[in-house]
Amino acid sequence: MKIAVCIKRTPDTESRFAIAADGKSLDAAGLKYDISDFDGYALEVALRLNEQQGPGETVVVSAGPEGTQEILRKALSIGADRAIHLGCDTLPYDGMAVAAALSAELRGQEYDLILFGRNATDSGNATVGLMTAALLDLPCVSAVSWLEIKEGRGTAHRELEGVTETVGFGLPAVLTIDEGIARPRLPSLKGIMAAKKKPLETRPAALGEARLTVVAMELPPERTGGRIVGEGPDAVPELVRLLREEAKVL
Amino acid sequence: MSGLAVVEAREGALRKVAFEVVTAAKQASGMTGGGEVHALLIGGSNISASAPELGRYGADVVHIVEHPDLDRYSPEVYAATAAALIQAGSYRAALFCASAQGRDLAPRVAATLNVSLAADVVAFEFEGDAILARHPVYIGKAIATLRLTGTPALLSLRPSAITPVETPAAARVNRIEPAIAPRDARITVTDLSGRAAANLDLGEAPVVVSGGRGLKAAEHFRLVEELAAAFGNAAVGATRAVTDDGWRPATDQIGQTGRLVSPELYIAVGISGAVQHLAGMRTSRVIVAINRDRDAPIMKLADYAIVGDLFDIVPRLTEAVKQARADS
Repeated sequence: MKIAVCIKRTPDTESRFAIAADGKSLDAAGLKYDISDFDGYALEVALRLNEQQGPGETVVVSAGPEGTQEILRKALSIGADRAIHLGCDTLPYDGMAVAAALSAELRGQEYDLILFGRNATDSGNATVGLMTAALLDLPCVSAVSWLEIKEGRGTAHRELEGVTETVGFGLPAVLTIDEGIARPRLPSLKGIMAAKKKPLETRPAALGEARLTVVAMELPPERTGGRIVGEGPDAVPELVRLLREEAKVL
Repeated sequence: MSGLAVVEAREGALRKVAFEVVTAAKQASGMTGGGEVHALLIGGSNISASAPELGRYGADVVHIVEHPDLDRYSPEVYAATAAALIQAGSYRAALFCASAQGRDLAPRVAATLNVSLAADVVAFEFEGDAILARHPVYIGKAIATLRLTGTPALLSLRPSAITPVETPAAARVNRIEPAIAPRDARITVTDLSGRAAANLDLGEAPVVVSGGRGLKAAEHFRLVEELAAAFGNAAVGATRAVTDDGWRPATDQIGQTGRLVSPELYIAVGISGAVQHLAGMRTSRVIVAINRDRDAPIMKLADYAIVGDLFDIVPRLTEAVKQARADS
């Protein structure tokens, strides 16, 4: 199958976060970037499908500034066949603006599947995959936790707050991938060497108009926690009293 | 301003998030000098019986699509129908809940209408022709203020971010047809499985009791379940380490890659508090931690913590909670 995997470059959430001088972004100093968590699962799904189902092509696509090429190169070292970088100075926050660029790139390219992560680690919006599918007028299943493709049709599971839905759909289709579906592999030394020879194309991102912008960013208020009620089971009566009288949750 | 609340029902009953979204639409109307609050309710046979409940929270008009094949969420039918209604009604804003269903639905509607969507919003206000919305980013480690322009403006609201407020309104029913025939949908739900409907969902439960590796073995989760049962309104959650080990189903995972919860009371049992877990529960109103290690990250976050062996503490707490509830 010809499979596109759309990935995003996001800061590692283990980093210590500070707000930049502009008051509306993160201070880039000390931030490490990587492929967004769920996008890694999407890539793994694509690689396994093509390994299991015979000859195919896995194409990774990412929009963003120059540093985006690093995560595309990493995806190539993990096993993708080629990469497309849609360049822009800064990636807009508006999912519609990004979906416009991705759908322009993907349209007419005869992909059997277009995969996204369920949501990006940075914004947590979970919008671009579904929007891209709608702009391409393709069926879309979001938050897929299990997948089977057979004879041009797919079956997927998605988790709906305690209920598992089994969904059927025809190809081509767009899927957003939940975690747990397949543990992502790491790049091998051989893969890293091979990635240097794999094609990475760059062209400008045909972004849509950004009508949703970040105007301010702040760190959340510190919780005033850390109150040790006591040690061992003898502290239980005092805890229950506090839950009742102070917190009023019991 | 007239606003539309796109509400959610499951198995024929409105979910709590439905009242949150209607309340938000009522607030939006109030911020912009009044105007009717409309709701869109899609469901199977007899779903129209739920319309008066939406009126209790301020819906002046309830648009109802009642169709035997729409008892379950059908993404394409719901999206086409919501988009058609939003366009026909010239609404200033349309509000969705950022539940699993709403997170699937709202982006489809936005792209169909070619408008932008502020997703998973915890608060909003109007600023001239724009809407300012607050949304946690970087797994809750920062909070962004977003500016959304264009009409209609689409917002999805994080569950539990808004407290439902009763403001009775007429809830006049307007029956409409689905914009595409359910049988024409390209995505079909063929099966549903999972917990009994009677169990509380993690996202809606007022109390969540979660267990981590400190429980040492799957069978010890019984302690967590018993504590949850003592509250009578609690759901059981788990850390990723625990779901990865198969002690609990993956759907119970709370954290960056699992469920985000924001209950009145969160009790962390044997959980050290990895940043990925904290991302899923840090906005809980009251946090209690029970842990052997007084330096564990969860103990710094907790409003109340007990240091010690959970195998001694949790059974005692279960009894005390039972007693406290019996007394009240």
